[in-house]
Amino acid sequence: MRVQRCKGSRDLSPEDMTRFRLIEGVFRDCCLKWGYSEVRTPTLEYLHLFTSTGTLTPGMLNRVYSFLDWDGWSGERVVLRPDGTIPVVRLYIESMVEKELVRLFYVTNIFIFEQTGKETRERWQCGVELIGVGSTIADVELMTLALEVLKRLGLEGVELRLSHAGLIRALLAKLELSPGEQTRIFDQILDGDAEALTKLKSGRPELDNTLPLLDLKGKSSGFLKNLKALFTRDLAEVEPTIDDFISIIDRLDALGCEYQIDIASGRDFEYYTGLIFQFFIGGEKVGGGGRYDALIPLMGGKDTPASGFALYFDRLMELVKPEILAGPTGQRILIRARSEAAEGGFNVANRLREAGYVAELELGGQKLTNLRWTLDVQNKAPLFILNDQVNHKRFEAQTADELFKLL
Amino acid sequence: MRKVSINIALPKGRFLGETASVLRRAGWGLDGYHETARFYRLKSQKFPNLSAKVFHEKDIPVQVAVGNYDLGICGLDWIEELLVRYPSSALVKVRDLGYGDGALYVAASRSAAAIVAELQAKPGIIRMASEYPNLAESFMVNLRLRRFSVFPLWGAAEVYPSESCDLVLIPGRAEEPLFNYGLVPVAKVLRLSAFVIANKNSWETKNLGDVLASIYNTNPVVRRKQPSSTAVVRMPEIAGQGFPGVDEGIVRLALPDGHQQVPTLSLLSKAGIRIDDYTSPVSNRRPTTSLSGVMIKVIRPQDMPLQVANGNFDLAITGRDWLREHLYRFPSSPVTELQDLKFGKVKIVAVVSKNLPIADVYSLRQLIAKRLGPFRVASEYVNIADKYARDNHLGMYRVIPTWGASEAFIPEDADLLIENTETGRTISRHNLKIIDTLFVSTACLIGNTGSMSSSSKGRRMKSIMKKLQTAVEDV
Repeated sequence: MRVQRCKGSRDLSPEDMTRFRLIEGVFRDCCLKWGYSEVRTPTLEYLHLFTSTGTLTPGMLNRVYSFLDWDGWSGERVVLRPDGTIPVVRLYIESMVEKELVRLFYVTNIFIFEQTGKETRERWQCGVELIGVGSTIADVELMTLALEVLKRLGLEGVELRLSHAGLIRALLAKLELSPGEQTRIFDQILDGDAEALTKLKSGRPELDNTLPLLDLKGKSSGFLKNLKALFTRDLAEVEPTIDDFISIIDRLDALGCEYQIDIASGRDFEYYTGLIFQFFIGGEKVGGGGRYDALIPLMGGKDTPASGFALYFDRLMELVKPEILAGPTGQRILIRARSEAAEGGFNVANRLREAGYVAELELGGQKLTNLRWTLDVQNKAPLFILNDQVNHKRFEAQTADELFKLL
Repeated sequence: MRKVSINIALPKGRFLGETASVLRRAGWGLDGYHETARFYRLKSQKFPNLSAKVFHEKDIPVQVAVGNYDLGICGLDWIEELLVRYPSSALVKVRDLGYGDGALYVAASRSAAAIVAELQAKPGIIRMASEYPNLAESFMVNLRLRRFSVFPLWGAAEVYPSESCDLVLIPGRAEEPLFNYGLVPVAKVLRLSAFVIANKNSWETKNLGDVLASIYNTNPVVRRKQPSSTAVVRMPEIAGQGFPGVDEGIVRLALPDGHQQVPTLSLLSKAGIRIDDYTSPVSNRRPTTSLSGVMIKVIRPQDMPLQVANGNFDLAITGRDWLREHLYRFPSSPVTELQDLKFGKVKIVAVVSKNLPIADVYSLRQLIAKRLGPFRVASEYVNIADKYARDNHLGMYRVIPTWGASEAFIPEDADLLIENTETGRTISRHNLKIIDTLFVSTACLIGNTGSMSSSSKGRRMKSIMKKLQTAVEDV
């Protein structure tokens, strides 16, 4: 019987891992330079960390990998981490609360069931959480950091789409729906029903006329100022959230960032309270994030503002071109040593590696492609025979020092 | 043209009577599909290519989804219980048969009933017990309850609130649900009736038309509005008093229902403990006792270890088989055997078809190594069966949970059974043979290691243990 991998899971081949490590390397390097520190949380968490309102939408919750642990006799389930942010927030509450400002980043896998098994159910993402500041500058820092990572990965045509959870919530609040109904519609929007907002009928004409306008997309803070002018008469309460949104947009304008405002484009995470931003390349979402000021108090921490984002490896790995990013890697040398000269082979390989070469011992079956040098090691003179595969030349050496001179 | 064979799974229990009557009117000519039937495999005179097998209703959606049966008849509750957890199951809901009109309710004790909003605001863990753990969990998730525990049950859910859990998910009549033990409905989760279901692949590839038409023709078209399956129908608000606890010092004792009742009662009376109304025909699940400071509930022995582990009960009389079943799954569980009660002796055995040319588990392993495809182990004891298959390296095995009458699974629907047996006669009658004995199980008193240490309660528990010990030694 053929051994198979689990449905919906994926192997990362050497080529995939090259891409993976390149993305991870660029991401880590950027984060460290921006003053962020790396953390890693466990794969298993208690399910209740993710179940309360304001964490994951029911659409997400119904697709998590939850089960009873070996000590799950109490009936409490554990879950394979379905989200990167919530565990990091849990870690912050557990051991970092005394710090006023925390900049954290992580590279992690998350697990979400996908019915067809065609898309991978284990997804890798790299993310950033900025905990302790609520200013619009913090939001802009996150967006520019994410854009820098994408730029350094050599990716072009990045679209930034903006929405605002606070604005959606404030509008829903005006529709005089029950709190349960508000959450339900908010969840519908986040679960991807782009029309959930515009097809609402409030029974109040001034609102029914306004809601379809939310379906339009804006390209400057002017768009929001137009909306604000509409709302201020009937919906004065919406004003502060619109002002918050406008001030973020003004800062992006000052930095020369391009973006699109799409109110109904909020996605996936119920914990967002303010700005929601998403990155698209060629119509595919490659990452996103936003502000989640209510999450830390909801999870039992102090009232602490926070925001973050994550970039998705699975999409980025298809897009990056390793040759653009590949740094100067060491030259490869294949070492052929007969068994009686094996010790000499190991010794010279070690010296070559110390000198920065990639030294590979011939074990049979290797192909001579993508390789400039081969080295024969013998236990009689000449001890070393160096072959230049590109220029078809042959050199002999009696000592390792002579060999290095030849190279 | 030769007709393809068609397999159908038919229900035992609550829908047997009405299903049998529908099939009689459809002229199937099934011999032996009635309440007292002793055989599980049936043939139809009208459709010679049709084979029917009788299952516990809960097994039917699983059996149809995995493709062992083309068709099945069972309640919508068990279909949704499967689909809510495994939405991609290969199952097609073909037709509502319209009978067995009922509903699933979330219910709470009248003394402790709370409205949904109070549940959402309640700090701490909300405990729900049910034979439908997947639907129960879905209900809790969609209600956005912050912390909850779901206790899967084999039965007797109605006696659990409010001392042993906060909520239960139980079936009742569709209109005017009436529950025993002072329960009141909090929410209606699902309206249910008997359904015809089909395996998705069979539905797409096989001609099941004649068989289905014969059922439809007997049956007036149902024009009842079906609410969306797992929608929560909010009930009128019920005035609540919050959640009372049980007095700390009271010992909560669980006694078994079913055929262990008579020997349990006789041991208790030998120990000088009087229990009233335990084995009566009305079978009161809350019998009274001569012991002071002790509350008794009658529940399924299968459910006891988990209930004791969670502190919902302090002491219970169950079988060692069910204690092991629990401890194999949860090694750190705080439940322990306090006293061997010596009655109800059964052997837990590994069983295969008599036609297999093997005598023990070693030759079984060799046989499995040669075959293609997964090896199917059916059992009521899923954790004991899983451990047995693991320990004996039974290759690529699958454990199929069953809810009784496992003997009928071999050979079509399973290759190996892990079963209990007293005399081995039932096994032999079904053309099966025992190839291994895992252990011997007797009734035992189990307890929660934590409650023993509390002073007043611990004293009462020790006194009950002492009485039972003397009675056992007397035998």
